[in-house]
Amino acid sequence: MPEYSRSLADSHQGFARPKTPAERLHLDLVLLLPVIMIMALGLFVLFSASDSDWGTVNRQLRNFIIGFGVLLAVAQVRVDTLQRWAPILYLGALLLLLLVPFFGVGAKGAQRWLSLGFIRFQPSEIMKIAMPLAVAAWVVRGGLPPRPSVTLVAIMIIVAPAATIAFQPDLGTAILVAASGVFVVFMAGISGLQILSATLVALAGIWPAWLFLLRDYQKQRILTLFDPEADKLGAGWNIIQSKTAIGSGGWSGKGWLQGTQSHLDFLPESQTDFIIAVLAEEWGFRGVLCLLALYGAAVARGLWISFSAQTSYGRVLASAITLTFCVYIIVNMSMVAGILPVVGVPLPFVSFGGTSIVTLMFGFGILMAISTEKRIISR
Amino acid sequence: MARPLDALRDTQREWMINRSRLIAALVGIFALLLILVYRYYSLQITQHDDFLTQSDRNRIRVEVIPPTRGQIVDRKGRVLALNQPTFVVGVVQERSEDLEALVSILRERFALSEREVENFWERSARRRPFESVPIALGLDDTQLAMVAVDLHSLPGVVVDAQLTRHYPFANTLSHVLGYVGRISTADLEALDAERYRGTLHTGKVGLEKRYERLLHGMPGFQHVETNAHGRLLRVLEKEPSQAGRDLQLYLDLDLQRVATEALGDQRGAVVALDPLTGGVLAMVSNPSYDANLFVQGISYVDYAQLRGSLDTPLLNRAVQGQYPPGSTVKPLLGLGALERDLITPETTVRDPGWYRLPGDTRRYRDWTLRVRGGGHAETVDLRLAIAESCDTYFYDLAHRTGIDAMAEMLAPYGLGLPTGIDTTAEQPGILPNTEWKRSQLKQAWYPGETISAGIGQGYMLMTPLQLAQAAMVIANKGTSFVPSLVHRVGDLTVGGVPRAPIAMAEEDWQAVVAGMVDVVHSPQGTAAFISDNITYQMAGKTGTSQVVSIAQDAIYDEDSISERNRNHGLFIAFAPVDKPRIVVAVIAENGGGSSAASPIARRVVDAWLIETEDA
Repeated sequence: MPEYSRSLADSHQGFARPKTPAERLHLDLVLLLPVIMIMALGLFVLFSASDSDWGTVNRQLRNFIIGFGVLLAVAQVRVDTLQRWAPILYLGALLLLLLVPFFGVGAKGAQRWLSLGFIRFQPSEIMKIAMPLAVAAWVVRGGLPPRPSVTLVAIMIIVAPAATIAFQPDLGTAILVAASGVFVVFMAGISGLQILSATLVALAGIWPAWLFLLRDYQKQRILTLFDPEADKLGAGWNIIQSKTAIGSGGWSGKGWLQGTQSHLDFLPESQTDFIIAVLAEEWGFRGVLCLLALYGAAVARGLWISFSAQTSYGRVLASAITLTFCVYIIVNMSMVAGILPVVGVPLPFVSFGGTSIVTLMFGFGILMAISTEKRIISR
Repeated sequence: MARPLDALRDTQREWMINRSRLIAALVGIFALLLILVYRYYSLQITQHDDFLTQSDRNRIRVEVIPPTRGQIVDRKGRVLALNQPTFVVGVVQERSEDLEALVSILRERFALSEREVENFWERSARRRPFESVPIALGLDDTQLAMVAVDLHSLPGVVVDAQLTRHYPFANTLSHVLGYVGRISTADLEALDAERYRGTLHTGKVGLEKRYERLLHGMPGFQHVETNAHGRLLRVLEKEPSQAGRDLQLYLDLDLQRVATEALGDQRGAVVALDPLTGGVLAMVSNPSYDANLFVQGISYVDYAQLRGSLDTPLLNRAVQGQYPPGSTVKPLLGLGALERDLITPETTVRDPGWYRLPGDTRRYRDWTLRVRGGGHAETVDLRLAIAESCDTYFYDLAHRTGIDAMAEMLAPYGLGLPTGIDTTAEQPGILPNTEWKRSQLKQAWYPGETISAGIGQGYMLMTPLQLAQAAMVIANKGTSFVPSLVHRVGDLTVGGVPRAPIAMAEEDWQAVVAGMVDVVHSPQGTAAFISDNITYQMAGKTGTSQVVSIAQDAIYDEDSISERNRNHGLFIAFAPVDKPRIVVAVIAENGGGSSAASPIARRVVDAWLIETEDA
């Protein structure tokens, strides 16, 4: 994209003002503040969920610090650099994904990890970042709205890794990866007719997917959603216990460290995917609303960054990242509350786990880069 | 190329597109957020009460505290049935470092069998890692001491104590006390499930069963908080259990032991009653068994052995054994005849050594036929008839009375009806009459059978307890009490319930008692040989009951008859005569004759009147 066209829209601002430290570090404080507050809140919840284990809290704190390092590093990268490198990142990630079935190591019947000896990582996490970068780079090339052929290729770019991940099997990540690509296509402005036909194709795909793609345990999870009581102690256990935890919290909760469902081990995965149930039990509905407000602030800022980004690439990418972040929150909170099947999606910045934090912070680093780009250009 | 302009225009358009899509996305997010908030609102606010209840039900468990079973003590307070802590050594899998090694150590320590170790592995596969899996059960203190010493060096080993019924005097009292056993499905139908939650045992036989309701007590409850794995975390609320009531028996442990020793290897039974209360001072049935075997579940082999034994050790002969009373029924017949004025004390009968019904050729032998040949005496009165146990006198009396009147005469002495003693499975015996024979055997009554009934043979059957009860009526000259094992339940007296008295002239009682005194103290008495060095006056009556009926005119020859076909020896007695303090009935199964029974009675009465300071 030509240089001058970018500088035009933003040329009226930023000349006289000296740079703040945050600006010098390419940080968007309005976005950062709710994220830090969510993290702080998350540490309290995690402390309770881990039965007051400082070790867990310290490890999570370390994850946060690593995440900030990643965010800080990514924030310094120019957006057009990201755009240039996106295809290579995407292809590299896809290659690694394809290697997983052959060289991967697994746990609990799913092969998701690649090991380099000293470090183990999930290529699917890299794909979470590479996907929106690459799809956005592809669709903005020929101008917006994309022609149908461009859209078709974009869909192939999305489906290839998503299907690979779904086969690992890791349905949750597959959904997140696919969503981040779909949001790019959506933001790029494909017509309503195209959206409608895509939706119909997706709906038509449900039946064959059920028959051929989904594994038994995945089907079980979906069926459990409709009738958790059918298998109280088996598949339905998690969802019954998490609903009980949430519901017994009431308006004001049982008090921090006082949740019986989590502290007496009734709640499964209370430090990771089901941690919202701990918060809901101990902090009540008002705690849930507080958390949603903080998430809302971050999402609003993310969308604002998209709204005010200088390039189509930046706009599309920022929205896709922000909307994917929304998917994390909504899918996680819905599955724990029993309105979506249980898929492995963590609650952003609250669930314990380094991988998801680093991935999320990478995304937020991109948001920072987009947010601060206008000022760099205006220099 | 029109690039710059196109680009400029495209950028503007692209921005518009992005903006409209952003607004659409915002609307979408908002809609989903609303659904999410509504869901949490509905769970946390609308359905809060339901879920709160459910979460409490999750974690709070009501545990039952089983009550402590009441003890059973003898008249002097010596404990006959108690609850003893027994120990169960278990292994908590998650706490042991090397389970295999630990099990092999314990196996050696407790000399466990292959089977026990197998059972342990089976059980441990089903238990959760933090639960204790029992490996050695029913240990006492000394066995426990072996493992307790170095318990600290064996991680994963836990010792649990539980109260288990124990009968310290084992065989001596099994027939009196009965036993408790594991609650069976059949028991469950009869028991109140609420009261037996947490209880493993219930009374199965004897006192333990009869007084089950009082011995058991009321369970308590505690609300405990548990985690998802069922591990108990803390007690929230507690309502203690109420222990069962203690039973105090009339029984005297020392006398019971004397009676047991006196009986020795002799199959049979001894019942000693306190004539002033009807309380059972001793009740022995031999052979016996160890009631403790039944508490933890008797092994199949042991049980088969007890059940299959010809000696029927599980039968409480004192209340379940039914024997022809033989001559012990004679004083009762005499009393009945006096009461109805069929005879007077002076009435005499001629005794040639046999009796023949008028118009019949069949001869009924007198037992003296073999010994003396000529009968007891030219003429025999009631006193002599009792002292020497003259059959001819009572053949004649029976013939003159008739069976139906005889049954009516004997009924007030408790024949043919259960005494109502407070134990289980008491048998009523048989008091035959024409009606009985018609309904039970569908046969007419033959006159000859009346003659046999006159000496307590034939269809007539009595339990040793019924014999003792009848002797109590004579000892008290008409008054008597329902025989009772239990004196007091807690502070409440339950024994000493009077039976319907028999009113009769003092001389009539005296006539019979005089004959019974002669049985022991007169040289012609059938039990005269037991009176050596006797320091008190004792009244008694011997009896012999046939196991096999003997052909007419044949003479019973003890040596030619196999052991189990030999006659039963019986003896009833009370002493001292003027103020009776003990009544005894003894049966010596296949003892040959009454001489097998009467010395046992003497020994028991001696012990009670002389050796026991209790008066």
